[in-house]
Amino acid sequence: MDTLRTLRQNVLNWMFQWRGPESGAIVLSQRRVFILPSKHGLLLALVVVLILIGSTNYDLSLGFVLAFLLAAAGCQAMLHTFRNLAKLHITAGRSEAVFAGDTALFTMHLANPTRAARYAVAVTADRNLADHVDVPAEGSASAVVEIPALRRGWLRPGRLMLVTRFPAGLFRAWSYAEPDVRCLVYPAPATPGLPLPPSAAGDGEGGEQGQGQEEFSGLRPYRPGDAPRHIAWKAVARDDTLVTKQFAGRAPLELWLRWDALPQTMDVESRLSHLTRWVIEAERGQSAYGLRLPGETVAPGNGPAHRNNCLRALALHGTETAQT
Amino acid sequence: MALKPLKLDVRPLIAREVYVLAAGFVLASAAHLLRMPNWLGGLVVATVLLRIYLAARDQPLPGKWLLALVAFGTAAGILLEYRTLLGREAGVSLLVVMLSLKLLEGRSQRDGILLATLGFFLLVTNFLYSQTILTGLYMLGCAWLLIVALVTLQFTVRWPGWKIPALRAGALLVQALPLMLVLFLLFPRIQGPLWGLPHDAYAGLTGLSDNMSPGSLNSLIQSDAVAFRAEFRGRIPEAPALYWRGPVLWDYDGQTWTAPRFVFNVNEMPETAGPTIEYTVTVEPHNKRWLFALEMPVMRPPSSFLTRDMQLLSTTPVRSRMRYDMSSRLLPAYGADDTEVMLQRALQLPKGYNPRTLQLAAELRRRHSDDRRLVDEVLQTFRNENYVYTLSPPLLGQHAVDEFLFDTRRGFCEHYSSAFTFLMRAAGIPARVVTGYQGGQINPVGEYVLIRQADAHAWAEVWFQDSGWVRVDPTAAVSPARVERGIASALPSTDPLPIFVRGNFAALQSLRLTWDSITYSWNQWVLGYSPERQRRFLSSLGFDDATWQKLAVLLVVGAGLALLIGATLVLRDLRAVRGDAARALYDRFCRRLARLGLRAGAAEGPLAFAERAAGLRPELAAWLRAVTGQYVAIRYGGDRSVLALRELKRRIKEK
Repeated sequence: MDTLRTLRQNVLNWMFQWRGPESGAIVLSQRRVFILPSKHGLLLALVVVLILIGSTNYDLSLGFVLAFLLAAAGCQAMLHTFRNLAKLHITAGRSEAVFAGDTALFTMHLANPTRAARYAVAVTADRNLADHVDVPAEGSASAVVEIPALRRGWLRPGRLMLVTRFPAGLFRAWSYAEPDVRCLVYPAPATPGLPLPPSAAGDGEGGEQGQGQEEFSGLRPYRPGDAPRHIAWKAVARDDTLVTKQFAGRAPLELWLRWDALPQTMDVESRLSHLTRWVIEAERGQSAYGLRLPGETVAPGNGPAHRNNCLRALALHGTETAQT
Repeated sequence: MALKPLKLDVRPLIAREVYVLAAGFVLASAAHLLRMPNWLGGLVVATVLLRIYLAARDQPLPGKWLLALVAFGTAAGILLEYRTLLGREAGVSLLVVMLSLKLLEGRSQRDGILLATLGFFLLVTNFLYSQTILTGLYMLGCAWLLIVALVTLQFTVRWPGWKIPALRAGALLVQALPLMLVLFLLFPRIQGPLWGLPHDAYAGLTGLSDNMSPGSLNSLIQSDAVAFRAEFRGRIPEAPALYWRGPVLWDYDGQTWTAPRFVFNVNEMPETAGPTIEYTVTVEPHNKRWLFALEMPVMRPPSSFLTRDMQLLSTTPVRSRMRYDMSSRLLPAYGADDTEVMLQRALQLPKGYNPRTLQLAAELRRRHSDDRRLVDEVLQTFRNENYVYTLSPPLLGQHAVDEFLFDTRRGFCEHYSSAFTFLMRAAGIPARVVTGYQGGQINPVGEYVLIRQADAHAWAEVWFQDSGWVRVDPTAAVSPARVERGIASALPSTDPLPIFVRGNFAALQSLRLTWDSITYSWNQWVLGYSPERQRRFLSSLGFDDATWQKLAVLLVVGAGLALLIGATLVLRDLRAVRGDAARALYDRFCRRLARLGLRAGAAEGPLAFAERAAGLRPELAAWLRAVTGQYVAIRYGGDRSVLALRELKRRIKEK
C-alpha cells in the first residue's frame, strides 16, 4: 500500500510539477500551467453539437458556419486562458508575525514580464477563498493569501493554486506554486491571563543597574531592543557606533517573566500562552522586562523590538528552528 | 483586502452585464420579433425593458412563481395562436419568449453565461428564414456581441471599459477563422434531413406550379425573386433560344390548365446527334419537383428523371438550393412516335365552353387540310390583327377564350398560350401548354444567366404527324420583343413590373448585377456546400475514394495546422520583453559562474557581485565587468534595443 501511495505521489508530483518550496521568483512556465474545459465550456460544446445536428436536418449552411466558428473560437479561448496564466512570476513578500488563532497574511507579488495583460487571476491556498487580481502587461500586482495560524512556530502558506477562466469562462487554467516563505506565529495570549509577577530591583544578572528613565547618567553601547528614543544620535554621528543614553533615577525596577513562576501543573503550551500574555502586558508598562525560559534567556529591555524578540523566543520554544 | 470565493459564478449580475446580454438577445431575435404576432413581440420587448430597468435601478427581480406563471401563460398563448408548439414559427416564438424570461430571471454570473451560450442557438434559428450574405454578416455581428457578453462577465477585479472586451471578442473570432474554414470544408457532412421537418418549413417559397389559372402567372411576373441561375460552358445562346422548360399542362377545365397527376416516365434519353449546349443550373428552392432545363434536355441530373413530355423532375421536392450539370440540344421537334392515348389526351376539350372559338376552328379546318398551314394562319392573325401584349388585361368571364380572341384581345403569355392551345385542339391538332421561363438576364460580372420569377412564361406545343411535337409561341407572334429582349421591353412602361426587371437606372442595374454575382458565389461556395460538393472538393484535392479514415486523417491534419496558426497568434505575446531577455541571458551567465564556484549572495546586486568575483578570480575580471556592465545598462539603463541585447550575448560568449 505504501509503495502504491508513494507511486501515486510521485506521479502527481511529476504531472503537476510539484517540487516543494521554491525560493526566489517562481516562473509559471508553460509546462506548469494546466487547462481543462469548465462546465460552461462543456455547455457551449453541447450547443455546438445541437447546432450541427439542427443544421444537418434543416440544411442550413450558415448554421454549419456558425457551429464551426464557435468551435474554433472555443479552441482559441483555450489558448487565451492558457496565456492568461503562463509566464507569470510569483515572488513572496514579507509577512507580519501573528498570534496563533489569528490569520496570517502572505503577500504574493505577481509580475508579468510579457506584453499580454492578465485579468482575473485568482490566488488561493484553500481552493475556497481567493484573491482575484489583474496583472498589467509588463507590470505587477499583489495578491494576499490568508492562512489561519493554528499553532505557534513557523507557518508556511503551502502549495498555492493560481486559477483563471479569463477571457470567456469556457476553460479553467490553473497552476501550482509553493513559495519558500514563512510567517512567525506567536503563541496565543492566554485569556484570562494570570496577574503579572511583581517587579523587583535589578538582580545584577543583566548588568543593567541604574537604567531607569528619570535622569541622564551616561552612555553605554547599544544593545538590540533599546528604544530608538534612547539612542544618543549626536554621539552616533560623531563615533559611527550606536550608543544608548542611560538614565539614573530611583532604583529601576526589573520585571522578570519566568517559566518557573507559573504553576508546576501547567503544560508547556499553556505556560507559553501565559508568558505571551505577560510579555504583551509588560510592554504596556514602562519598566524593562526580561524573559527566562528553560535554556533561553532574553535580557530585560523595552520597546517593540524587544517585545518581538521575547515573542519570537516563545513562538519557537522547543521547536527545531529555535536552535538555528 | 477581502477575499472572494474562488468560484465566482454565483455572484450577482451587474448592470452593464445585463445591458450587453439584453443587447445581444434583442439583436439576435430582432427578425423573429418582427415576424411574431404583436402581443408576443410586445411581451418579449417589455420583458427585456423591465430587466434593463431593474438592473439600472438595482431593484429586486420578480419572484420565480410569477415568472413561472407568465412562462406557462405565454406557452398556452403560443399554443392557441399557432395551434402547435412544434412548428417552425411556434418553436422559434417559444424559444424567444423563454430566453427573454430567462433574461428577466437571471441573477448570477452563471445565468449570464447560460444566456449568452443559448443566444448562439437563437442565432441559428434566424437561418431557417434567411441565409443571405447580409443575414450572415448580421449574425456574425450578433455572435461577436454575445462573445463580448461572455468576456464582460469575466472581469472580476476592475472594469477596464468596453474597449478591452470588444477587442478580445473580435480577436477570438478573427483568430478562429482558419480553423473554422478547415472544419467547414473537411468536417464530414451527412445529407439531411435527420427527422421530419415542421409542416410550415417551406411556406412562402415561390415558383411555377402544376397549374395555370387566370392571374396565376401574373403574380409570379410581379416578383423579382431569383428562380435559378445558369452558367454556360461556351457561348450563351441567343435570347430567343432560351426557353427553360417547366411544367407541361395537358388538361383544361375551361378555367385552369393542369399537369397530369401521374407522369409518363421515359427510361432512356432521346437519341440525338449533333452539338449540345453544356451548362450548370443552380435552382432556388421552390418546394416543387421541377428542374429547369433548356429545351430539350438530353441528360438528367442524379436523383431525377425525364418524363415522356420532357419534364425534368427531381425525385423529391426542391427544398434547398440545388446545383446540377445539364446539356441540351435545340431540337426542332421530337416525340413523333407518341402513343394514341397521349395524343387523345392532347385533344380533350371541356364541353360547353367557347362556342365561337369552336366555330372558328371548324372554319379554319375547312380552309386548311394541312396542319402547318393552319397554325401559320392563326399566328398570322395574332400578328396582324389588333392583339395587344399587356400585363393588366381586362377580366374574362365564363367563355374566357372566346372573350379573349374576339372581344378584349388584350393579354399576355397566359392568355395567348391558353387560347392558342384551345384553338388547336378544337381544330383537331394535338396541343398542350408548356410553362417555364423565357430569356433571362446575362450577368456580365459573373458570366451567367440570371432567371427571375418575372421571366415566367407560357407557350404551346403542337403535334404534327410527320415530325412530332413542335414549340409554337403565340406570344412571340404578338410581341416579338418579349422573346427577343425580355419582358420589360415588351410592356408599355405604365404596366407594373419590379423595378430591377425594367433596368431604367443603368448604375443601379449594374450595382444590382454585381451584387447578384456576389450572391451567386455565396450560394455556390457557402450555402451550396453540400455533402455532394464536399466529395467533389475532396476529389479535386486528390481524395477520390475518400474513406472516412482518410477523411479523419485529413481533418485532423488540417485542424492541427489551423490550431497551430491560432496558437502562434496567441502565444507570441508570451515571449519575454527585451529587458527580460537580458535577464535570461544574465541568469545563464550566473549559472556558468556558479559552475566556476562563483555564486552571488542573496542580497548582492550584479555590480557588487561582479567586483567580488573579480577579486576572487582576477583573470576573469575584465569579462565579468564587461558582461555585468552591459546587463546593467540594458536592465536598469533602459537601453532595450536589439543591438544592446546582441552585444550582451556577444560579451557572454567571449569566454
